[in-house]
Amino acid sequence: MKKLISLVLTASLAAMSAFAFAGCASTEGGSESDFRVGAIYINSQNDTSGYTYAHHKGITEAMEQVGLDPTKDLSIVDNVPEDAEQVKAAVDQLAGEGCDIIFGISFGYIDALEEAAAEYPDIIFSHATGYKSNDTNFNNYFGRIYQARYLAGIAAGYKSLALGNNEIGYVSAWGTEYAETCSGINAFALGCQSVNPDAHVNVYEIYTWGDQDLERQAAETLIDTFGCCVIAQHCDSAQPQIVANEKGVYGCGYNSDMTAEAPDSHLCAPIWNWSAYYATAIKAAMDDPSTFMTTVGNYYEGINSGLVAVSELSANNEPQAQEAIDIATDLMKNGEWDVFSGTALSFSGDAGSVAATQTDKDLVASDGTVIAAAGEGSIDDGVIQGSMNYYVAGVTQVNSAEG
Amino acid sequence: MINVITMFLFNIVVYNIALLYGTTGEIMIEKSGSLNLGVEGTMAIGAVCGYIAACRTNSLFVGVLVAFLTAGLTGLVFAFLTVTLQANQNVTGLTITTFGVAFYYFIGNGLSNSKGGWPKLNDTTLADQFRDVEIPLLSKIPILGKGLFSHNILVYLGIAIAVLMWAYFAKTMPGLKLRAIGENPGAADSAGINVTRMKYIHIIIGSGIMGIGGLYMGLNMGGTFEGSNCWINGYGWIAIALVIFANWNPAKALLGTLIFGFFNTLRVYNATIAYNFPNTLGWLNKIPAQFFSALPFIITLLVLIITSISKKNSSNEPASIGRNYYREDR
Repeated sequence: MKKLISLVLTASLAAMSAFAFAGCASTEGGSESDFRVGAIYINSQNDTSGYTYAHHKGITEAMEQVGLDPTKDLSIVDNVPEDAEQVKAAVDQLAGEGCDIIFGISFGYIDALEEAAAEYPDIIFSHATGYKSNDTNFNNYFGRIYQARYLAGIAAGYKSLALGNNEIGYVSAWGTEYAETCSGINAFALGCQSVNPDAHVNVYEIYTWGDQDLERQAAETLIDTFGCCVIAQHCDSAQPQIVANEKGVYGCGYNSDMTAEAPDSHLCAPIWNWSAYYATAIKAAMDDPSTFMTTVGNYYEGINSGLVAVSELSANNEPQAQEAIDIATDLMKNGEWDVFSGTALSFSGDAGSVAATQTDKDLVASDGTVIAAAGEGSIDDGVIQGSMNYYVAGVTQVNSAEG
Repeated sequence: MINVITMFLFNIVVYNIALLYGTTGEIMIEKSGSLNLGVEGTMAIGAVCGYIAACRTNSLFVGVLVAFLTAGLTGLVFAFLTVTLQANQNVTGLTITTFGVAFYYFIGNGLSNSKGGWPKLNDTTLADQFRDVEIPLLSKIPILGKGLFSHNILVYLGIAIAVLMWAYFAKTMPGLKLRAIGENPGAADSAGINVTRMKYIHIIIGSGIMGIGGLYMGLNMGGTFEGSNCWINGYGWIAIALVIFANWNPAKALLGTLIFGFFNTLRVYNATIAYNFPNTLGWLNKIPAQFFSALPFIITLLVLIITSISKKNSSNEPASIGRNYYREDR
């Protein structure tokens, strides 16, 4: 008897924890509109911060913008790992629920979504951060977050100039292994240098997308050993900003306005506004799904579409930062100038009269290779998205053999 | 600039002392003959409950108490299942880990979504209560002083628990009785020791100690819930390995924590050390970071191999560990 009771108790405890873990659910209920949006998330739809949260927020906001009701017209399968079988199962479920467009937000869904697009030709598949597509119903989407990082770099540059300290720190999940992190670091460094030509960005690579412990210690190292006065980051948690706050230096977060976590130190953060894309995509699919690949196609937009931006500048910023950021934003919005080109911006002047000077200048990597010759236009998007694996001059990685 | 060696020593202690709590707590439980694999989950439960209580009451003491009690309650569940109901210890422990970590996210996410939001350390004076306290005289020793003898109150508490537990096992009668139960519960029973009661008490206290370690992790992280990993982040598992490393001796657990902590901290500090001593230790920066990440675990593995080989002579492993004691089986 005792054994039986213990078995039942153990089993129920296990079941309880399994429930707490999974929480995989889809929105039920009939719909007035016959258009249905499907979404496959890597984490939970109930997250309150982070990657899945940002996408979920984008999709629900976009649906409201185009007149759909996210509580009725949205089907979600969440906590789907990057495993072909499980992605396939999620797609089958969403197709069964009658979705007309399915968004997959994680990079590793790429092959499964490509297959699904062939299997379900009447459904549009849209894949974040990927590079695959077809001519009829499968696209990918991402944004020029490097433009927002350049803007954050301007704020950091002013701070370093004001403090008389050229050393700027950057806690990064990865370094030159991924073009996404690498282009972000480079754009940030160029932004810093547009204000403070002697700015030097010290990258500490933690070799994982998220580990609070490491993120914290990396920021401590950058401040204590390398004397950095601003800490930027490309990693999940707000630990680097919290450390900056504790140690009385400044910082630029990522993904959300981290001023709440670091009230005395946070300057501004590059942020995503995914609803800009989702509204475009859902609208196009509602209007005419057959022309989706010509009206939307593979989507790679930046500050012009509002997909990326910097969060509102906090009171910790130098007075000139806002004006300089506005000038650079306008140049990028109008398509007059972009970050990785043979033209460098430099800002001068006091608050109220900040001016930008454009100078034709070679864009050089840290080993001296010319990335873009003086006067040349922006380098190919393929390089920024895929093959950039070098730092620009003025960037060193403190914890690597290459540093 | 603060001396780099001092900073290195300081970080070894400050980032790894939670391991000491986990290890000493587990030693106490294993000494009673039970193997509790639920360290990770127990620490997570103590962490989240203790932290919230500390923030709500603005008292570190209340936080420590609540962390101890809630983790102790988890221990009570473990004791009830394995001692009274004779459930398999391994499965129960693993279940506690799964449950505890999920409980951590359940409470944390729920609270973050709620109206009041996740309690912030900045809104309390806890950071002040958690600040470093210098030990007179010892903290004045050059280099070592600031690194080893200037820490927050929970570091000292962890060390005090380890020393007291060592004395308890080695010098007191209840400690002797506990060890007897761990070696041979049948013999202890026939000698008039209440095996069930002793097991319950020590499983609950051991779990409670783990809970304080969890709270320590949370406070050390600035109390933010955001981020992709749980505060405990695998330290509970390392603690289980450290028990073997320490040969079931709480005093040696202190040594084990520092040795493991040395390699754990080297993972972050290799760049700093190479930067400060380019001629003698510059080569540290040429080693891939992945090697440093793996190093603490390689060391653990090596220690387990070495201790297994020399097991016969010197092991203090309780003989009845992992086996349930059922009186009528005798």
